[in-house]
Amino acid sequence: MRDTITSLRYRYWPDHLLGEILSKRWTETAIPVILLLIVGFAFSRSIDNFLSPASLADTARQAGEIGFIALGLALVVIVGGIDLSVGSIFALTDFCALYLLDVAGWPVPAVVIATLLCGALLGAVNGVLVGYLRLRAFITTLITLIIYRSAYDLLIQRYSNAIASAFPDIPSWDFIGAGSVLGIPTVALAYIVIAIFGHIFMTRLRPGWHITAIGGSRRSAYNSGIPVRRTIALCYVASGVLTSIGALFFASRLGTVGGDIGVGLEVIVLTATVLGGITLGGGKGSVAKSAVGVLIVLLITNGLTTMNARGGVNRMALAGILLVAAMVDIRWQKNRTRIISKVYVAPTYHELPPPPPTEIGQGGPFEQNDKLRDVEAIGLGRIEAPEDVILDRHDNLYAGSRHGDIMRFLAPDYQKMEVFAHIGGQPLGMAFDREDNLYVCIGGMGLYRIKPDGTVEKATDETNRSLRSVNDDSRLRLADDLDITDDGLIFFSEATVRYEMDEWPIDGLEARGNGRIISYDTKTGTTRTELRGLKFPNGICVASDGQSILFAETFGCSIKRYWFAGPKKGAVEVVMDNLPGYPDNINLASDGNYWLALVGMRSPSLDLAWKMPGFRRRMAKRVPVDEWLFPNINTGCVVKFNEQGKIVESFWDLHGENHPMITSMREHRGYLYLGGILNNRIGRYKLDNADPNFVQYDKRWGKQS
Amino acid sequence: MKRFRFNQQEIVFAVFALLFLVFSIFLNGFLTAENMLTLLQNVAVLGILGLAMAIVVIGRGIDISLIAALAVPPGLVLQMVQNGHSLPLSLLTAVLITIAFGLVNGWLIAYAEVPSLFATLATGLLLAGLGQAALFQLDVVQWSSGMNGFERLGQGTILGIPTSIVMFAIACIVVAVLLRQTRWGAYIYAIGDNPYAARVTGIPSRPIIVLQYVVAALIGCFAGLVMAASVNSMPTRVFNSTLIYDVILVVVLGGIGLSGGRGGVLNVIIGTLLIGTMLNGMTIMDISYAGQNLIKGVVLLLAVITDSFLNPRNEETAQQGDI
Repeated sequence: MRDTITSLRYRYWPDHLLGEILSKRWTETAIPVILLLIVGFAFSRSIDNFLSPASLADTARQAGEIGFIALGLALVVIVGGIDLSVGSIFALTDFCALYLLDVAGWPVPAVVIATLLCGALLGAVNGVLVGYLRLRAFITTLITLIIYRSAYDLLIQRYSNAIASAFPDIPSWDFIGAGSVLGIPTVALAYIVIAIFGHIFMTRLRPGWHITAIGGSRRSAYNSGIPVRRTIALCYVASGVLTSIGALFFASRLGTVGGDIGVGLEVIVLTATVLGGITLGGGKGSVAKSAVGVLIVLLITNGLTTMNARGGVNRMALAGILLVAAMVDIRWQKNRTRIISKVYVAPTYHELPPPPPTEIGQGGPFEQNDKLRDVEAIGLGRIEAPEDVILDRHDNLYAGSRHGDIMRFLAPDYQKMEVFAHIGGQPLGMAFDREDNLYVCIGGMGLYRIKPDGTVEKATDETNRSLRSVNDDSRLRLADDLDITDDGLIFFSEATVRYEMDEWPIDGLEARGNGRIISYDTKTGTTRTELRGLKFPNGICVASDGQSILFAETFGCSIKRYWFAGPKKGAVEVVMDNLPGYPDNINLASDGNYWLALVGMRSPSLDLAWKMPGFRRRMAKRVPVDEWLFPNINTGCVVKFNEQGKIVESFWDLHGENHPMITSMREHRGYLYLGGILNNRIGRYKLDNADPNFVQYDKRWGKQS
Repeated sequence: MKRFRFNQQEIVFAVFALLFLVFSIFLNGFLTAENMLTLLQNVAVLGILGLAMAIVVIGRGIDISLIAALAVPPGLVLQMVQNGHSLPLSLLTAVLITIAFGLVNGWLIAYAEVPSLFATLATGLLLAGLGQAALFQLDVVQWSSGMNGFERLGQGTILGIPTSIVMFAIACIVVAVLLRQTRWGAYIYAIGDNPYAARVTGIPSRPIIVLQYVVAALIGCFAGLVMAASVNSMPTRVFNSTLIYDVILVVVLGGIGLSGGRGGVLNVIIGTLLIGTMLNGMTIMDISYAGQNLIKGVVLLLAVITDSFLNPRNEETAQQGDI
């Protein structure tokens, strides 16, 4: 009863989603967006007309103006600096625009261009000081804030009367300030256009990537050849220009040069930036975050103003929000990986009946013996981690290595070893196609094809993304083993979509159906996911009928059959279940049966733990990784089974001296070649009563001379 | 060769002497007893604030919120006395608020790891906003009869020396003892020199950083009391002024590098004399407030640029996000 409840709870409650959602980068944008919705909702309930069209249009105008400044600041913060002088630049460029228009009488286009240039110049001062002279951004822009401000004060003492007495009546100028297109204020439209461009710039264009890279690590960016100083300086220039755009709209809307214009603006914009989730110190941020931050801050300040709060309250609210947001952001950035790693592992309920006996004297097909004691070692100490081994029709032996190479041992004595092809990722399962191309599953990379002359080509590294998955499962994380059908369809397994190759035991600890079987059509080049939700699918072998594949589920401890053609197309059926160990690769035997490697034997402790997901979750949270339960892979065996799923024979090495672990085996001319992913050798075992002329390639593709 | 190189202190002192000489000769009314008194009085508050800033800067931080600590707690004392509370109770409240404020600053910087400039910028706004919103009825808190006697903190003379100068001297001695004679002072230098090394050697970095900001806030509050006593009121709008830049100027020009671990009380005194003379001269020359700010800003910028060449940032110990 209790087990049933546990099993139902873990089957239907998606524990794994929390970690996957947290590890998404968009969660950092989602939190400010949720905050925005809450703030908007709260104010719309407590203040009448808060969401009326007039009020919204007014907010949109302000948001546009401040939004431009926030975009500039976002750029500077992402590159790893800060610009406090924006308030004063705003005031100065506002003055510049109005002076040129009202006093100097320039035409509007010239005023616009001159104002933008003025902003660029003021920003360039910051840029040179911070970018080229490498001063501290905070203190430098604090000083330029006061210099620009006093310059502005001096200028308005002189010209404010002249500006105030002029009433220019220029339609194009008024349109900038008060016009709207389809009910949307011009400033908001302009902001949207520039924001979209900014998004593309930051995410798709090279300079945008340079900016993010410098913010992430200035030294690494420098070492990789990015012009650090120039890029930083240009960011400040851009900040000045964007601020002057905001000032232009402000100038055309209000047309005043009051003494307090732009005072404290830097705090508002800075609060918006930090609240939006743009990390102080650089490297992280987006246009969307900046926009959301501006909206939140504006809603709060406007809301407080409508509620007739005293001046100090507004100031306190801004400062308080700024502090809390900065604190949350800093703590989150610091502990993000730790938090995610704590919640990412989401074990589920997995029940297996007691395993069949393997002890000597207990009988049964798995009864231990010592047949593999005399296995002879090939390439001892010269090869590392041959997960799979395969032989071509000229009797040469191929095996993968941990260093990302396919090694070839030359027939007949397999003493001479050479690098057949270098790939760069760890080769796992291998299979030859009809044209002698070697297809290899590469952990972390995908499915690769190696031509007989040793050239490497990528076959596929992505499949269709499933709609319900939070993790992007279109990329192949852990392609494991494959086989090729007569029609040139390659079926290969992907052991897990939630973990990287080196984390495979964690997937076993989770015991969730994270794996899948994918097909790749060599004729059309298309990749398709065939089966999902498998518990670490591993070995794959096309069955003798040519219409189905046999595949092993390592942590499901079972062998299943999947029909890809014929009358039962699409059906999955269990061939063997409740194996005493964890099945790995499956391959053809000379007598029409199949070889199966058991990489390790089940242990009562892990079997019990699999029924206790809560226990495993606590373990993952509280105990260091090194102390976690680990599936046993110290002892294993090779078994032979027939089409009906009956074990015919088993081969053990009781002392594990010559060949400690087995992940794969191939029969070739009366010998069985053994591979093991943690081994430094390839095993070779003489089979009794085997066909001495059996060559898998010939059997599979028909003999070619 | 080394004999011919001046260090920054000597250069600044020479500039001060030169400036003083030029002003004395060319400015009418500079070298008068009355003006010297004003100069020294203005300089006293600036100097005390400079001491507070020096402690923080030596520990590789900066405290922008000093002016809030100068304005709000002393303003509260005046306000509470005006509202009929006793002077000791008001003083106690102000000191407690100051300590709490310093603790918040220190906690944010040492434990929450918010960059110091950023944290103090925000907490300063917070405290000033609190004063504006909840504590004071008017921007300028007036002196009331309950405060009588307290003005001697900033007015009059002790043994012929203006009291505010004596206060500055007392503060100098206290801070000098703290920095040079106590273990905590040595820790502050160690943290400023290399925070990681300080931590590794077992110095309780975080509590010491908190201590720095608490001491700085207390000194700021003391400066505010002296200031209030000398002008018989507390103009709380001083928070909006550019006083904090003068304080940074004092510290940077005096030769306490912003990268921490260097300098001492002597640097503050020299910096204070220079800035005091400069400000006083500009006032006599009748340069407008905005003009003075412009000049100060440019001088500060030059000082920071020079500082960055004399005391370059240590790239090994500079933190990511240390903006």
